[in-house]
Amino acid sequence: MTEAYLETVDLACERDWRLLFERLNVRVQPGDMLQVSGPNGSGKTSLLRLLSGLMHPSAGDVLIKGESIQQQRGELARNLLWLGHAAGIKGLLTAEENLSWLAALHHGASREQIWQALADVGLKGFEDVPCHTLSAGQQRRVALARLYLDAPALWILDEPFTALDKQAVTQLERHLAQHCEQGGMVIFTTHHHLQDRPATFRELDLGQTAL
Amino acid sequence: MSNVFTLLLVRETRLMFRRPAELVNPLVFFSIVIALFPLAVGPESQLLQTISPGLLWVAALLAVLLSLDGLFRSDFEDGSLEQWVVSPHPLVVMVLAKVLAHWLYCGLALVMLSPLLALMLGLPTQHIPTLLLSLLLGTPVLSLLGAVGAALTVGLKRGGILLALLILPLYIPVLILGSGVIQAALQGLPTTGYLLWMASLTMLTLTLAPFAIAAGLRISVAE
Repeated sequence: MTEAYLETVDLACERDWRLLFERLNVRVQPGDMLQVSGPNGSGKTSLLRLLSGLMHPSAGDVLIKGESIQQQRGELARNLLWLGHAAGIKGLLTAEENLSWLAALHHGASREQIWQALADVGLKGFEDVPCHTLSAGQQRRVALARLYLDAPALWILDEPFTALDKQAVTQLERHLAQHCEQGGMVIFTTHHHLQDRPATFRELDLGQTAL
Repeated sequence: MSNVFTLLLVRETRLMFRRPAELVNPLVFFSIVIALFPLAVGPESQLLQTISPGLLWVAALLAVLLSLDGLFRSDFEDGSLEQWVVSPHPLVVMVLAKVLAHWLYCGLALVMLSPLLALMLGLPTQHIPTLLLSLLLGTPVLSLLGAVGAALTVGLKRGGILLALLILPLYIPVLILGSGVIQAALQGLPTTGYLLWMASLTMLTLTLAPFAIAAGLRISVAE
């Protein structure tokens, strides 16, 4: 068994005096795709936030390359692409400005790369349009365009399929599978049933592990 | 690292100028508050001149406070703060750029407007440079300290009033020194001591506050 890149050890999460899950043990190694599912309020988003270091666990720990996330902040930050429910898109900025800032938070990207990424998600011709005039689905696409840039290895995505049309969903599924085939890791939540599953696909149902 | 600093500054500038109302709000508030005083206490020029240092400082302080509530609000709501926190770049640097932008478009703008309002209150023209200097040294402290409060209250639904309660007591030293400089100048006393104290206060907050702001933001995002 190869060493896990990301691992949880007896992880527990408590919110507002309610225990969402406890003794959760998950391993994610390069090439893995993990879908976190479960009913509303079962702690899917909380789990993703714990894994990306935005929240602190009530008990247990998250290990990155075998060491606690507290010591591995830099390592995680260099390799993590986090896309939350709110994706950090500013309505007053154009699609290109939004994307180039979000890219600059990691490695940065040239203008050509940004335009190419926007074209990849079907937003050719919308580069200079302020995002508040775009539809919800189009705004989601701007956020998802980050996945088409020179992206880090570990993707943690909270509900990436929301507001997307059928064709975009299929395309995103393919893109996620491709990332895993190339040795990347994807952890995501969705209520959508995935058609395109790589061999390494696993599902974690919080509804069953929870109390 | 410095690249992220400039990029964030450019981004904040763009955002600010695409929402000009927020740029003008503190300035209008500052002017109106100052304009209200002669109406309330009477147009007696000697009295207005005596209280003008305090008036200008309190009005500037409230104008800054008014603009602080929204400092991190939209970044919190649209998920930008999460992106900053998980980014490999130091949060302190981004925070510093954010506060610098706030100071440039709120604090510095108030400083530039203040001579006009000072003349309205009858402050003698030879004391205008002292006023400018005291506000120039003091407004960064207002922005930096206020940002600590804004970072801690950004996750709360109605953080505005709590922000004022948290921050106003912390503004007392800078208020005393800031208006003290002008009082001293009006009485013909030396002002260098006051100004040096203010400069050291500015340096102190400039070096320490960004760490407190970054820590506050991490706490707010973790909620």
